[in-house]
Amino acid sequence: MPNEELMKIDEPDATASPDGVPSDIPPSPESGSRYYSRFSVPQRYLHGVLAITFLGLALTGLPLRFSNTSVAQALAHAVGGFGTILFFHLLNAVLMTLAFLTHLGDIAYRVIAHKEYGLVWGPNSMVPRFKDIQDFFGNLKWFLHLGPKPKMDRYAYWDKFDYWAVFWGMAIIGFSGYAMWFAPFFARFIPGSWLNIALLIHGEEALLAVTFIFTIHFFNTHLRPENFPMDLVIFNGRVSEEELQHRHPEEYKRLVESGELEKIRVQAPPRWLQNFGWVFGTSVILVGFVLIALTIVAFATE
Amino acid sequence: MRASAAVALALACAFNVLAASPDKSAECLACHDEKGAAFQASVHGSLGCTGCHTDKKAYPHAENPPAVKCESCHTDPVAGVNVSVHAKASPQPCKGCHGDPHGILRAGDPKSSTYPSNLPRTCGGCHGDAKFAKSHGLKEVYSQYMDSIHGFALTQDGLLVAASCASCHGSHKILSKRDPASRNNRANIPATCGTCHAGPERDYLAGIHGQSMQTGNSRAPVCTSCHSAHQIADPRTVAWQMKTSATCGGCHQDKYRTYRDTFHAQVSALGYMETAHCWDCHSFHDILPATHAKSTIAPANLITTCGKCHSGVTASFVSYQPHADKHKRDAYPALWATGIFMNLLLAGVLGFFALHTLLWLIRGLRERAAQPKTPLEE
Repeated sequence: MPNEELMKIDEPDATASPDGVPSDIPPSPESGSRYYSRFSVPQRYLHGVLAITFLGLALTGLPLRFSNTSVAQALAHAVGGFGTILFFHLLNAVLMTLAFLTHLGDIAYRVIAHKEYGLVWGPNSMVPRFKDIQDFFGNLKWFLHLGPKPKMDRYAYWDKFDYWAVFWGMAIIGFSGYAMWFAPFFARFIPGSWLNIALLIHGEEALLAVTFIFTIHFFNTHLRPENFPMDLVIFNGRVSEEELQHRHPEEYKRLVESGELEKIRVQAPPRWLQNFGWVFGTSVILVGFVLIALTIVAFATE
Repeated sequence: MRASAAVALALACAFNVLAASPDKSAECLACHDEKGAAFQASVHGSLGCTGCHTDKKAYPHAENPPAVKCESCHTDPVAGVNVSVHAKASPQPCKGCHGDPHGILRAGDPKSSTYPSNLPRTCGGCHGDAKFAKSHGLKEVYSQYMDSIHGFALTQDGLLVAASCASCHGSHKILSKRDPASRNNRANIPATCGTCHAGPERDYLAGIHGQSMQTGNSRAPVCTSCHSAHQIADPRTVAWQMKTSATCGGCHQDKYRTYRDTFHAQVSALGYMETAHCWDCHSFHDILPATHAKSTIAPANLITTCGKCHSGVTASFVSYQPHADKHKRDAYPALWATGIFMNLLLAGVLGFFALHTLLWLIRGLRERAAQPKTPLEE
């Protein structure tokens, strides 16, 4: 069973000897690289759920935002009317909400029960630090040949922006969406005229999310020349030693110095997982590109 | 005047019939045999030949006798035709619709050319001809009518109460719609339609459209403004209902534009009927302004009106603005501000990262060109 294998190899401690020195994990037979765990299986699943539900929401939400276009009307007609579109929009919304809440619960649990305060502050946290500002200006200098490439830690500033953009997006779009879904209920707490604002925010913020994810996020993580055509780390959960050195030099240095690096060493990603990552990632990117193209056309002809 | 004319008609007919008797039809038919059978069965059969051909007392008669004057009996219909749009239609306007004068059937006879369910085809003989319509500056309405709910009901279902051409246009004294006396003149249309549709007429006259029309406002809509004249559809069909918002929007452009910004309109555009269209909130024939106590959109009635679709409606809920305009700062300040904020947010984030991405792309490509074989690419 692939999943069992996946779970097993993702538990670095299972293959590590009691004193923290890993047992004999062979390097990748293809590249000869050692591999290290970066994202856990639940995190990868969560990203997968986000990706699928985001596509689902975009696919069923964009026709609403651009309901006067013939493409939107043809789509609604093809799937049996707006009722179908609304059903899948709400279904995807609920699934994404569950993924969001799962993530919040996971963070809260790890911080409170496991006292992993590093999630709240520090190099392993998504919370922006002064270094992120330095890295941003450093990167600008590097773009313009004015300085060296800044040394990123576990999460670069654009990773954090992606994270918080999605975080804020889910909160804002989600809240405004539920407010409209259960409008009479929410109107007990907020003025009904805010429902006008809810639709405006919902639509515009969603337009921002779609545009951002399908262009900026795709470029930052997959399509930029260093990673082109795709960074499989979110699908297989692991980075090679070379990748870690190049992309997260500060993290690599920290892990080496603390001796933590060997504790997170894992087997090279199996071939099936690589293939899965390619197929899944490529599909999502292609669907995203089609949607962004249609969005731009719809927006321009609006 | 009318009464004396009727008396004169009765006397004239009686005189003709008396003068003609004894019937000489048998003699006439010795030569004019071809007209015999149909004529005997026609509405005029009992009058005999000389009932109309009063000049022919004996044989031989003149080669080119004067034309029969229908008006010697049918004074009012002919007088009507003579002032109608058909007055100059042809040398014999009566024949155009009633056919061969020797075979004219009673109007109640299902075979009569003027029987209600036959009338559209009779009128269509001229008005169904595209060339004719064009040469007379008319719209080609015959096919439109035949596909309308009136035409379908009358000619397909044989529903005799359904409107035929004459129901709306009259039969003999058909006047141009520009004539104030015409039944099809804008000001008279509600009364014309109301002949059958009394309920809608009553509601319409009570509503703002009807009241405005009655004060002489030439821009106020009448029945045909919304329903059309010849393409009237069943208002219960989705196909018709889907078009209604755009119909109202033809005049209420501003309201239509702001409606289209709402969720109601968005899902409607995707073919969802179970959402608010103009008339769901405003009602249709008896539309009243919000200032009127009986209006469906009067503040006191909003909970009822919104509650037709939404359950659990509260006073707060109905403060929703179904025509909010994010461009109007004074009327909708919060929405306006949100709109500005969202625009800035979108432009800011996307503009910023577009530049960031472009710079990164250029730098990344240069980097890659400078080091064609990094360990990562192998």
